[in-house]
Amino acid sequence: MHRFANPSRFMRVADALLPWMIALCLPLFAAGLYYGLYQSPADFQQSETVRVMYIHVPTAFLAQAAYVVMALGSASFLIWKHPLGDLIARSAAPVGAVFCFVCLVTGSLWGKPTWGTYWVWDARLTSMLILQFLFFGYLALANAFDDPARGDKPAAILAVVGIVNIPIIKFSVYFFNTLHQQSTLFGDLMGGSGDAAKSVNQPDIAAAAAEQGSALAPEMLLPLMLMFGAFSLFFLILLVLRLRGEWASVRLRALRAGFRPAPEEV
Amino acid sequence: MTAFLAVLTRDLRLALRQSADLALVLGFFVIAASLFPFGVGPSPEILARIAPGVIWVLALLAVMLSLDRLFQQDLADGSLEQLALAPVPLSITILAKVAAHWLTTGLPLIAVAPVIGILLNLPPDGYVTLLVGLALGTPTLSLIGAVGAGLTLGARRAGLLIALLVLPLYIPILIFGVTAVDAVLTGFDARAHFLYLAAILAAAIPLAPLAAAAAVRHGVEG
Repeated sequence: MHRFANPSRFMRVADALLPWMIALCLPLFAAGLYYGLYQSPADFQQSETVRVMYIHVPTAFLAQAAYVVMALGSASFLIWKHPLGDLIARSAAPVGAVFCFVCLVTGSLWGKPTWGTYWVWDARLTSMLILQFLFFGYLALANAFDDPARGDKPAAILAVVGIVNIPIIKFSVYFFNTLHQQSTLFGDLMGGSGDAAKSVNQPDIAAAAAEQGSALAPEMLLPLMLMFGAFSLFFLILLVLRLRGEWASVRLRALRAGFRPAPEEV
Repeated sequence: MTAFLAVLTRDLRLALRQSADLALVLGFFVIAASLFPFGVGPSPEILARIAPGVIWVLALLAVMLSLDRLFQQDLADGSLEQLALAPVPLSITILAKVAAHWLTTGLPLIAVAPVIGILLNLPPDGYVTLLVGLALGTPTLSLIGAVGAGLTLGARRAGLLIALLVLPLYIPILIFGVTAVDAVLTGFDARAHFLYLAAILAAAIPLAPLAAAAAVRHGVEG
């Protein structure tokens, strides 16, 4: 693992993978949007608005994934002093902030027709909003110093401290039984408590979930999975592109400071 | 332990010699609270309804505004560097500084909170719960605040930045502190909320000084 902590070696691999990821991502988006918008049924209660799900759920997942990437990168930067970890964290933060924003906006647009309100102070929504603030705080702190390199460590510490929010988001729908629905995608992850709540609220769906492992109808599951794949690849593509920029700016700063790189590194 | 007490008494003495700072924080707390009757109207029912939330939010803001006292002066006169170089673990030193900060900010806030409760017409049943909640919650505010204060050492616009960093992390304490009072006022038991507050405090006492120490060490070197 430490072999790839060398940024230039890592960037070579990432650059080689980038065209393949783009080549895979575009058809996945096309297929996901086609199945999501044309080939999947409307929900019998929510009618057409259910299609918001194909954007909302993947972006919510990726906003949290981006934060975890950011925190892991920061942790490896703090523990092993790998500069790559900091670069990855800095590259993931704005992408995650945008995914988080898209998730909040689509969620509130979805909430208006189905819940009757754009926003409620539900535990899931509030903890997602805190995640958005953490992204903003990270970005502000990383760029708050006159010497950009000085922001590295404080921002990394903040990212690691903020990781406490991720399990809160995940389990908020189980701990606080409020408006946001529980996870229908992966059956029940919390054992008894989730199952009990589910069987009270939605007995038929819970029964279906017991058979299939997911409470989502297969014709809705397919576009959702396609969109999950497409958005994940999209995240990786953006990460690599931003990583290039960050890596270039680090090298530029080093060159400006009079650092002469060894010939094979150029 | 002697080092802990030495830093604690030093910080306490410094804070008491500059008691104007302390008075400013308390003044902010009282004046900001007295704005609410003007803002939402003096109707006693509305004020009673929002009183726990207002007191908690203002306590949060008052603690946040006093956070620059933690490290800023010591950084300016160089003593923070000496404390970081001392053979005592920096996290212990920071725990002592946090304790001094709480004694000169959190504790006075708790003492003034009942007065604001009267100003805002808080129902009599709520006082004990409010004070117990504040007693369990404000030390955590100081601890998390120390991390924020450490991270922003030497940053541009540190005061604004600290709000952005620390306030999101304060939200859980605000939620449990306010719902504890609301629970008692609507006839429920506040025990569960107190346990949550105590659990957060128990986790913050060992963890927050470690993070703050890492941040301060970096801030001093830079």
